[in-house]
Parts: sequence; C-alpha cells; structure tokens
Amino acid sequence: MRIVLCTAVFAAALSPALAQDAKTEIQKYQRMINEDSPAELYAIEGETLWKKKAGPRNVSLEQCDLGLGPGVLKGAYARLPRYFPDADRVMDLETRLLYCMTTLQGRTHEEATKRVFGNDDQPSEMEYLSAYVASQSRGMKMEPGTTHPKEKAAFELGRELFFHRAGTWDFSCASCHGTEGQRIRMQDLPVLYKPAYARHVIATWPAYRVSNSQFKTMQWRVNDCYRQMRMPEPTFGSDATVALITFLTVTGEGEPYAGPGTKR
Amino acid sequence: MRRHIVAAAAASLVACASTLPIGERPTATADEQDRITAVLKRDFHDRGPAKVSRVELDAVQRTCNLHADNPPASVAEPLEKAQLATIKFPSDGRLLGDWKNGEKIAQSGRGSMWSDKPGQPAGGGCYNCHQLSPMEASFGNVGPSLYRFGKLRGDGPDVQKYVYGKIYNAKAYNLCSQMPRLGYAGTLTEQQIKDVTALLLDPASPVNQ
Repeated sequence: MRIVLCTAVFAAALSPALAQDAKTEIQKYQRMINEDSPAELYAIEGETLWKKKAGPRNVSLEQCDLGLGPGVLKGAYARLPRYFPDADRVMDLETRLLYCMTTLQGRTHEEATKRVFGNDDQPSEMEYLSAYVASQSRGMKMEPGTTHPKEKAAFELGRELFFHRAGTWDFSCASCHGTEGQRIRMQDLPVLYKPAYARHVIATWPAYRVSNSQFKTMQWRVNDCYRQMRMPEPTFGSDATVALITFLTVTGEGEPYAGPGTKR
Repeated sequence: MRRHIVAAAAASLVACASTLPIGERPTATADEQDRITAVLKRDFHDRGPAKVSRVELDAVQRTCNLHADNPPASVAEPLEKAQLATIKFPSDGRLLGDWKNGEKIAQSGRGSMWSDKPGQPAGGGCYNCHQLSPMEASFGNVGPSLYRFGKLRGDGPDVQKYVYGKIYNAKAYNLCSQMPRLGYAGTLTEQQIKDVTALLLDPASPVNQ
C-alpha cells in the first residue's frame, strides 16, 4: 500500500507535467482503498474496547449515552456535537467518550487523557472507539445540535476561532482554509467555512490516513492544525476544540455520513 | 471569575453574530478579540517551545482581525512603517548568502512548533506556499510563484533589501499578508534569511535558470 503511494509521490516530484497525472493516480488509489478500508479493523477493535470492563468500577462503556439514550449507537455520531444536559455543555464524540470513561467507569480525567492520540506502533483507545461509534452512522445525515443556546454559542465561538489570527506565525484556520483553489505543497485545501467544502470533509472524518498508516480523529485534526499554526496546544475536549468542531460540523451538515473514511 | 467572563463572552458572541449566515466571513471587534484571547488562554496549554503567551495579540494581528485582512490604507500604512522599523539588516551589509543552503531552508517546514526539538535548525516552509526551483514540483500556491524571481527583477541592492526585508517581516510590505514574519518571529536566523535571499536572487540559483 505504501509502495503505491510512494511511487505516485515520486512521480509527482519528477516534473510539473507529471504532477496532474500523479494527482489523478492518487485519487484513483484512494477510491480503490476506500472499497476495503482499514478503518474497518479499527472499528472491530473499538467494539471490543466498548464492551470491555475497565476502570475502578469495572464496567464497560455499553451504557454510555451518546445523545440518543444509554447504549444507543446507531445514528448517534451523526447527531454530534450536541448539548448534553447531564454535563451542561456541548460535546463532540471524543469529549463525550471521555465523559463516559470518567462517570461510568470511574476513571480519572488524567488517566483517561494520558494518551488520546496514538502513533503507527500503537493506536489509542479513543481512536478505536471513535472508529466503532462513527461507523454506526454510515449513510445517515449529519445533523449536529443547532437549537440549544449553548449549541448556538459553540457555533459562534467556533466561527470566531476559525478566523482569529494569532500566534508566532499570525495564522488563523482561514490562512489555509479560507480561499478557494489554494494548495499547501500538492495538498488541496478545502474552504471549511463554506458548506460546499465542509460537507465532504465532515462526512468522512474520523479517518484512516494512508500517508502515515494511522487512524485519526477530529480532535487530533484540530490539534495538529494548531501545531502547524505555531500555536500552543489546545487541551483535549476543551470548549474551544468542541466549538471549532461544532462550527465545522454545522457548516457541513446535511451530508450522509460516509466514514470512517480514508485520507491521503 | 474567569469562567464567568468566558461564559459572558460566549453569550455576547451569540448576540452579536447570530445574524451572520453560514458561509460568510465575520469581522471581530477589539472586545470580541479579547474574549477569544481569554478562551485561548483558558483552553490551550504550554507545550515545548509553544507557550500560551503566544496567543497575546499585537497591533498587526488586531488590525487584520478587525478588518478581515483588508484594512483601509490610512490604517495599514503607519503600521507597515512600524513593522519596517523592526527589520534588522545584517551589520556587515551583505544580504546574499548560500543559495544551496537556502534551498534546504525553503524545503523544510520545521520550526517554532511544539514538536520541534530545541537546537534543531528551523526551515522557512517556503515551498508550502510558493513555487521556487523548477526541480521541485510539489509546491503550494497560497503565495505567488517565485520562479525566476531574480532573473525578472535583477539582483541590485534595492531588490536584495526588499527580499531580505520581506522574509524578515512580510507585514512591513503588506500588513495582512498570510506570510509569517520569519525573522521578526525568531524562526529564521540572519544567516538563514541571507541564504534564502540568495536562493531567490543568485544568478546561479536553480530559481533563476
């Protein structure tokens, strides 16, 4: 799998004339791997973790309420982020999973967030669980919460954050994702505040990334953008990260969920 | 207390911005920017060299956020002048370094990130946004193509000064440019900026072939 991609990238490096061919080849390759996505393997492991007893209370996550009732997984991801009265805040998938780990399983926040992002040697529990939960919304329309005052506030805060230039390199999210037709190196950049671009993106995360053979979540995506923006690190599950994810999801709402997807 | 300020901030953001449709770009008043900065201070943390203090805004960032990157000339010009005054030109008067090293700096996207190890040489990330050498086909287009930059403009003292200054502090020439202030921010050293200047201007550089 890696060999195919490397060949394509190598071809791209040879000459500008070949660049477009390489891009077509990469797209063809992406379609091919989507048909039998490695994300499936993450979902299978996620199911095992979902049902596994853990924490001081030695219970599984099976009674976790992701918004549609305890243990209801079908379609739950497609309705996130949303306001949760029990926590009195808006939560995205990962923030809600963390909530269930601390409240149901009795685990400490510190322990449960010790290793939220994995690497190519060892994926994280959060990545496996995200793959499992998200896979059960396939084909369902993305309909995040938009009516509760805190959902509206999260959307507006997310939009303000998206356009807010700050940090050592003066970047906002819009520095890369604010103008049509822009690329970083060979990578096309979706204009994420426009529904036409956000819909596809939102309908395919979380996703398996071929370039580094890892399964990546939306919290990771936000985290890694801020790393490249030369900003300090956003705290996992913080209101700022949830607000940004809410803004992106609401902007891209209405698309049938097609993930967990496969990315370059 | 801090939590209350942030909650009030979120509520007032709803009140101010709820009429803006999805797909539109907002502007941010000084108060709104302060509230966002408070959110960033609360929800972000130090990691390696990337400290939370980085979220403090300077006059350039404030002005660009206020005007959605399009300030009137009367506002932009005095700030550009002040940015121009931040540029430290080399004391030896030489602005052209080694284009071969400049090419390595242009290729590297490292520097100023929490994942960067202290002491590791930084890069300029130039190819992320610009076309430079024709040998490199993987280039971005956020900034203009710089292919044949020196061939088209020559390498006289004024051009050298402009290129060095632009890399050191891009905001001195275009206040809300998306290009980072690579010297001013402390990402690139004086010698590195000289090397990248040479990559653009040296007649022997692949950029000018």
